[in-house]
Amino acid sequence: MTRVLEAATTLEDRSRVAVRVGSLSWRVERRVVAATLALVAVLVGLFTLSMVLGDYPVPPSAIPAAVLGRGPEELQFVVHTLRLPRALVGVMVGAAFGLSGAVLQRVTGNVLASPDIIGITAGASAAAVALVVLGTASVLVVTLGALAGGIGMAVLVYVLAWRDGVSGYRMVLIGIGLSSAGTAVVQYLLTRADLSDASQAMVWLTGSLNGRSWGHVGPVAVALAVVVPPTLLGARALRALQLGDDAARQLGTRVESSRALLVLASVLLAAVAVAAAGPVAFVALAAPPIAARLSRTGGVALVPAMAAGACMLLAADLVAQHLMGGLPVGVATALVGAPYLLYLLARSHRIGGSR
Amino acid sequence: MSVALSRRQVALLSGGLLLLVVVAAASLALGARAVPLGQVWESVVDHDPTSRDQLVVRSLRLPRTIIGLAVGGALGLAGTIMQGITRNPLADPGVLGVNAGAAVGVVVAINVFGIASALGWMAFAMTGAAAASVLVYLLGARGRSSSPVTLALAGAAVAAMLVAVTSAILLMDQRTLDQFRFWVVGSLVGGEVDVLTAVGPFLLTGTALALLLGPVLNALGLGDDVATALGHRVRAGRAVGLLAIVLLVGSAVSIAGPIGFVGLVVPHVARGLGGPDHRWLLLASLVFAPLLLLAADVVGRLVVRPAELQVGVVTALVGAPFFVALVRRRRLVEA
Repeated sequence: MTRVLEAATTLEDRSRVAVRVGSLSWRVERRVVAATLALVAVLVGLFTLSMVLGDYPVPPSAIPAAVLGRGPEELQFVVHTLRLPRALVGVMVGAAFGLSGAVLQRVTGNVLASPDIIGITAGASAAAVALVVLGTASVLVVTLGALAGGIGMAVLVYVLAWRDGVSGYRMVLIGIGLSSAGTAVVQYLLTRADLSDASQAMVWLTGSLNGRSWGHVGPVAVALAVVVPPTLLGARALRALQLGDDAARQLGTRVESSRALLVLASVLLAAVAVAAAGPVAFVALAAPPIAARLSRTGGVALVPAMAAGACMLLAADLVAQHLMGGLPVGVATALVGAPYLLYLLARSHRIGGSR
Repeated sequence: MSVALSRRQVALLSGGLLLLVVVAAASLALGARAVPLGQVWESVVDHDPTSRDQLVVRSLRLPRTIIGLAVGGALGLAGTIMQGITRNPLADPGVLGVNAGAAVGVVVAINVFGIASALGWMAFAMTGAAAASVLVYLLGARGRSSSPVTLALAGAAVAAMLVAVTSAILLMDQRTLDQFRFWVVGSLVGGEVDVLTAVGPFLLTGTALALLLGPVLNALGLGDDVATALGHRVRAGRAVGLLAIVLLVGSAVSIAGPIGFVGLVVPHVARGLGGPDHRWLLLASLVFAPLLLLAADVVGRLVVRPAELQVGVVTALVGAPFFVALVRRRRLVEA
C-alpha cells in the first residue's frame, strides 16, 4: 500500500523522501525518519525494561508468551495483568502529551506554550481536586470530572478568545488568565482540605500511573485512535499556519477552521492524557523541542514528538518506580526529561542552533 | 536617564498613583474590624497606643500594606524585565526558576531543619532562589549563541526539575505538606516586618537596577544583532536584568510566598494601556502591580469576613476576569 518514492531529481532533494498512501502524499525529511526510528528503538527498550524490572523478576525470553497471556499463571499475572497495561497507558499518555504540546507550540508559535498554559491542566486539576476534597473520591468520578473540567476550561478559553476569529496570541493570554484562576482554586482547596485529602490530591496533581489496568487502556486507546490520525494529517495546515495567517491564506489554507481544529485536537489529546494519568508535568512542554532538535528541523516534527513523549513518560515511570520508591511518575518526568533537554540546548549552541 | 512619556502615559500613571493611594487607605481602614479614616490618619501621624483601633492599624494593617506595596512593585518590575529579556510574552519571573528554587529552600527548611517561622524560611528561600537562577543563567544565557528561546527553555526545564524535587518531598512527608500548603498559596499576613527589613536592601537594589534597564530592554526587543549594532552590550544587559529579577522576586517570595499572576499579567496590561516602550512599562508596572495586589488583599479580607482569603488566591480569581476582559477589549500590542 505504501510506496516510498525517491524524489532524487536534484542533489538538494536527497534529504527528503516522498511517501504516498493512495491519494495522500507526504514529503518526509530523512533526519525526521531517522530520529523517529531511533526514538522508537529506545521506546521498545524501555518497554521491555518495564516488563522485566520489579520485585518479581521476569526473564526477557519469557515476555512474548506472557504478553500474549500464555505461560505460568504467576508470570501472566505479573506481566499481563500488572505491568503491561501500566506500560501501555504510559506510552499512550506520553505520546498524547507530546503530540498535544507539539501542535499547540506550532499553532501559537511559542516554545513555552503547552496544555497547562491554555487552561486544560488547571481546569482538570480544579475539578479533580474539588471532587477529592469534597469526599467523592471514587476513581471513575475523579477521572470523568477531570476530563470534563479540562475540556470545559479549554472551551471557555476558546469562546472568550473569539473575536472575528481566534488569534493564537489572544487565546494564550486568556488561557493564562483562566489557568491562574484555576490554580488559585486548587491551592485554596488544598489549604481548606484535611491533611489526608490534601495528600491524596497531591498524588493526583503530580500525575501517577499507579494501579492503571486494562480498564484504562481501552478508553484511552479508542480516544487516541480517533484523534491522532486526523491530527497528523493536519501537519500540512500547521506548516502553512507557521508562515503567518496571510501567507497561509494565500496558500489556500482555511486559517480559522484549521486553527480551531488543531487546537481542538491538542485539547482533546491533553484532556484524555490528564484524565488517564493526572497532569504529568513537563512532557508536553519538553517532548516537542527534544524531537525538533533530534530531527534537526525547525519545522513540524509531530511523530517524533509523540515518540519522545512516550519515551520520557516510560523512562520517568521506571525511575519513579524503581529508584524513587514508588513515587508517582510526575515527580520523575522533569528529572528525566530536563537534563536531556538542557544537554540538547547546550549542544545546539555548538552546532549553531537551528531554533 | 531621561524618560519622555506621552501625555496619555503621564495621565495613566497619575491616575494609577491616585488609585494606589485610595487602595492603600482602604487597606488600612478595612478588614474584620472597620476603622474610621480619622483614626487611621491619626494612627499613622500621631499614634495613640491605648486606642484599640489605632493598634490594629499600626501593628497589623500598616505593615501589611507596606508589604503589599513592596511585593507588588517587585513582582511587576520583575515580570516586565523577564518578558523583555526573553522576548516572550508568556515568560513570568517563575520561568527563571526563582519561585521553584525558593520553594525547594522552604521545603528543605521545614523537612530537614524543622523550621516553622517565616523569618527562618527567608534565608532558605533567598538561597534557593539565587541558586536556581544562577543555574538557569549558566545553562541558558551564557552559551556562545545564547538566544531568548534557549533562556526560556532552560529556565522552564530547571524550574520543572525543582518543582519535581519539591513535590517528591511533599509526597513523602505529610507534615511538610501541612506547612508548605499555606506558604505556597501566597499571603501578605505570614510575612513579618522583620522579613521585610531583612530583605529591604536587596529589594531596593533590585528596583534601582530595574528602573535603569528601560533602554536596554527596548534595544533587546529589536533582536540581539540590532541591539549590538545600536551600541548596547547585549550580554551585560541581559545579565543585569537577571540579577534584578533575582533580587526582586527572591525578596518578594521570601516575604509573601510565590504569588504568580501579578508578574505575568501586569506587563500585558501596561502594554495594552500605554504601548510597548520599556521605560514606560517599568514605571507602569511599578504602579499597577501593587495596585492589583493591594486591591486583591483588601477584597480577600472582606468577602469571607471575619475569615480571610489569601491574597494569592484573590489576585488570580479577581484578576483573571479583569484580565480576560482587557484582552478581549483591546488589541494588546504584541511583545
